[in-house]
Amino acid sequence: MRRMFFPVVLFIAGAALAFSAESVPAAKSAAKAVVQIWLWGGPSQTDTFDPKPAAGYDYNGPYATDIATDVSGIRIGQKLPLLAAMADKYSIIRSMTHAINGHETASYIMQTGHESGGLVYPSLGAVVSYWKPRENPGKLPAYVVLTETQGRFAEEGFLGPMYKPFYTGGDPARTPFLVEGIIADGITDAKQKSRRDLLHAMDTLGNAAPSDPSIAAFSKAEDGAYQMILGTERDVFNLSKESDATRDMYGRNTFGQSCLAARRLVEAGVTYITINYKGWDTHKQHFSTMNQKLPELDKGLSALISDLDKKGLLDTTIVWCGGEFGRTPKILWEAPWGGGRNHFGAAFSYLIAGGGFSGGKVVGATDAHGEKVIDRPVYPKDLLSSILLRLGIDPAKEYPDGPAKGMPVMPPLSDKPGTGILRELMP
Amino acid sequence: MRRIAGVVAVSCLLSCLSLFAGERSPAEPFETAVWPVAPNALDGVISPLMAEAGLSMNLPCSDAVFIRRVFLDVLGTTPLPEEVDAFCADTRKDKRSSLIDSLFDRDEYVEYASLHLADLLRVKSEFPDNLWPNAVQAYYRWISDAVRSNMSYADFARSLLLGSGSNFRQPTANFYRAMEERTPETIAKTVARTWMAVGWNSLSPESRAGLASFFTRVGYKKTLEWKEEIVTLNPAALPVNARFPDGKEATLAPTSDPRAVFADWLVAPGNPWFSRAAVNRAWFYLMGSGIVEPVDDLGAASPAGRSPALDFLASEFAGSGYDMRALYKLILNSRTYQQSSIQAPGITSSSPLPWTRYAIRRLDAEVLADALDRLGGTVESYYSAIPEPFTFIPPSARTISLSDGSVTSSFLMRFGRPSRDLGLLSERSNAIDEEQMRYLLNSTDMKKRIEQSPALKDAYNFPPDKKDAQIREIYRQILARPPLKSEIALFAKLSAAAKSSQKQAAMDLAWALVNSKEFLCKH
Repeated sequence: MRRMFFPVVLFIAGAALAFSAESVPAAKSAAKAVVQIWLWGGPSQTDTFDPKPAAGYDYNGPYATDIATDVSGIRIGQKLPLLAAMADKYSIIRSMTHAINGHETASYIMQTGHESGGLVYPSLGAVVSYWKPRENPGKLPAYVVLTETQGRFAEEGFLGPMYKPFYTGGDPARTPFLVEGIIADGITDAKQKSRRDLLHAMDTLGNAAPSDPSIAAFSKAEDGAYQMILGTERDVFNLSKESDATRDMYGRNTFGQSCLAARRLVEAGVTYITINYKGWDTHKQHFSTMNQKLPELDKGLSALISDLDKKGLLDTTIVWCGGEFGRTPKILWEAPWGGGRNHFGAAFSYLIAGGGFSGGKVVGATDAHGEKVIDRPVYPKDLLSSILLRLGIDPAKEYPDGPAKGMPVMPPLSDKPGTGILRELMP
Repeated sequence: MRRIAGVVAVSCLLSCLSLFAGERSPAEPFETAVWPVAPNALDGVISPLMAEAGLSMNLPCSDAVFIRRVFLDVLGTTPLPEEVDAFCADTRKDKRSSLIDSLFDRDEYVEYASLHLADLLRVKSEFPDNLWPNAVQAYYRWISDAVRSNMSYADFARSLLLGSGSNFRQPTANFYRAMEERTPETIAKTVARTWMAVGWNSLSPESRAGLASFFTRVGYKKTLEWKEEIVTLNPAALPVNARFPDGKEATLAPTSDPRAVFADWLVAPGNPWFSRAAVNRAWFYLMGSGIVEPVDDLGAASPAGRSPALDFLASEFAGSGYDMRALYKLILNSRTYQQSSIQAPGITSSSPLPWTRYAIRRLDAEVLADALDRLGGTVESYYSAIPEPFTFIPPSARTISLSDGSVTSSFLMRFGRPSRDLGLLSERSNAIDEEQMRYLLNSTDMKKRIEQSPALKDAYNFPPDKKDAQIREIYRQILARPPLKSEIALFAKLSAAAKSSQKQAAMDLAWALVNSKEFLCKH
């Protein structure tokens, strides 16, 4: 029923008007899909996209130097050489800020754009699947999470259970990638069909009350389930259809193969994919963890962006990457941290690529230690509203019904020049 | 003209069918022909309402259906095969009411009733209420103790409305913390939703302001203890124009706790809001829908023709001293509750009356998890976003006994466990969807449960000369009833055609029965 409202959102121009005098020019085509790489726990901004080599050992530890990128004037962390070679394909926001240092409230504002308190708003993936019509809905869900949900808050928010993400479970780095309920190990299609016949024959209650609304709902869900179990759309999860070279390029680990699975899902018409990439909450053993994680991130993310680009999908696919906050730029050498970084919501970085966002740019800046935003603060709602605009969804649009009736999709933004919507990245 | 003709035709059809319903032959193994119980006082109210609509009582459910149904509704647990065997073999005339009486002494009753209350009261460590683990444990303990001692529901509500003090030491203080905001208006909104089942938008602006006034004194302060918080009463914040939702102005002495004045009004026996909200929810839990809907907002409900049932139960409930067990027993012992779930043909109106049958619905996420884990010998793997010590649940603990809404499992998320964001009954989803169905039909978890089931291990290995006994045992373990002769014959025919080994055929049967509506639903 709710899906019936979508025709009203197809109007980039109207959205721009709603936004301010300084209008956002309509892009050639609206973005169609989003890949969100969620660095769960909060990555260090200074070790990734906002390095401060001049700040010294107490800030940089073993990462004393930064590295040049293929865009003159942009330098990033030394553990990201593959991303450094393609900085023209993405932009960096160095002035993200919300000043919240608790995981749950920071995750909430970063994923919904709303401050906590009052109704629980849906995460961006649920917002997009609610508002954006799909060209070929097929059997694949609109909003897919690789591989598990966070459980910090209910992602569907007030939109209700039908807007929950589908999370795959399983591990894409293993063969087969056992996506719960879709790919089963060692059951042939013939066996699936004979068991289905058995189920129908032995379903005494279902056969006694076929027109009961609950029973009918079961039959409908079962039909849909078998279309996926026995159909061709499940092939999207079959990563062995990719060449070894491609699989290697993404990195043979859970994150790398999740990026590859995300690209396949984009090709298959899924609208919003979140990769929940765990392990960034490094209060202790920060650098040994980063030595392992940053190369994984570098490989998987650079492969995803360049592969989407090669396939002509980057123009219509937004890739954004970051966590709920950054980490304290000054290293905590003392016990119990022993070289750790704590939560830091005052200033942190995000990467954004594709879907009509410009590459090769840096938005905002932090001070000499990466501790304070000194230019062009970007609030979560600014970033999320910009993404929605590129998808053709007006962030000022109001919910037509339900508990949030009359409430806007995103909170109002500042319309002063150099604030709010990321116009500098939206040519 | 056409419309009138239609109405006449429909009512004629319904009255013809009502004759039929009594005469149709019972559908085995779900129904019986003869009522094993006499009508009770509730039936005395419901029967005339049915007759008015041209209907009569549906057929009675069978004993095997009854024990499973009442176990699932009161204990959130499927009965063991031995319990079903004993009940079906029992020849006492009052065996159904004796069974009902015995259920309230069991731990599962306390767990399942506490689960419902914890949903309502938003018991959850993390976002958006942020009760935090220590306080969740204290709060949940208090709730389950109240259920165990059968505290009157009026005392229960009153204690929570008067909660003050440290969230760790005074469990009831957490009522004022389990809210998305800490303003008098949000407290009032939560109070209306929780104790009156009235949505904020269903109250007039004057009622909202008047209700919020009772809570202007509620304050919060932190202590030096991590995450400890004290709910206080600020003597300086004087309520102005406190007004009860019925429009009457409240007189508040300067020294009184305005919350107590509100609580006195709320639980006064003549107050329809409190008891109606409670009995409508009980009916929802037991029968599958509210007597009036939406069950979360009686302010928006139109009870046309349904008031007599609601009023009767509300007055019985108040008259019993708000005894929740007595209310449950009144409903459970009625013929209305013990009707078949298979609707007599023809009654397919878009808004069926809430008492023409027992509604078929999918098991709750927690209940289904427990049923599958018991069958499969598996244990839920829980997680929590917060590094809290209470995430480590002993393997023997039932999922229905989980206290904290922030401790979850992928199964519970998939099967519609409520978010506990607002405490609405609609936050729980028992609707089946394709993703759940794929999980049930085709996941590795389910495969493992069926292949490695400790309950079915012996049955899988029965020798070839005991095929019938094998089928009987698989039915007994999964559906808690013997198979019909026709089911044995049908399965023999199908498995012969499939040419699989006897053991494989037995596993296929187990798979089919676990995926049958009879197993997955309350019915």
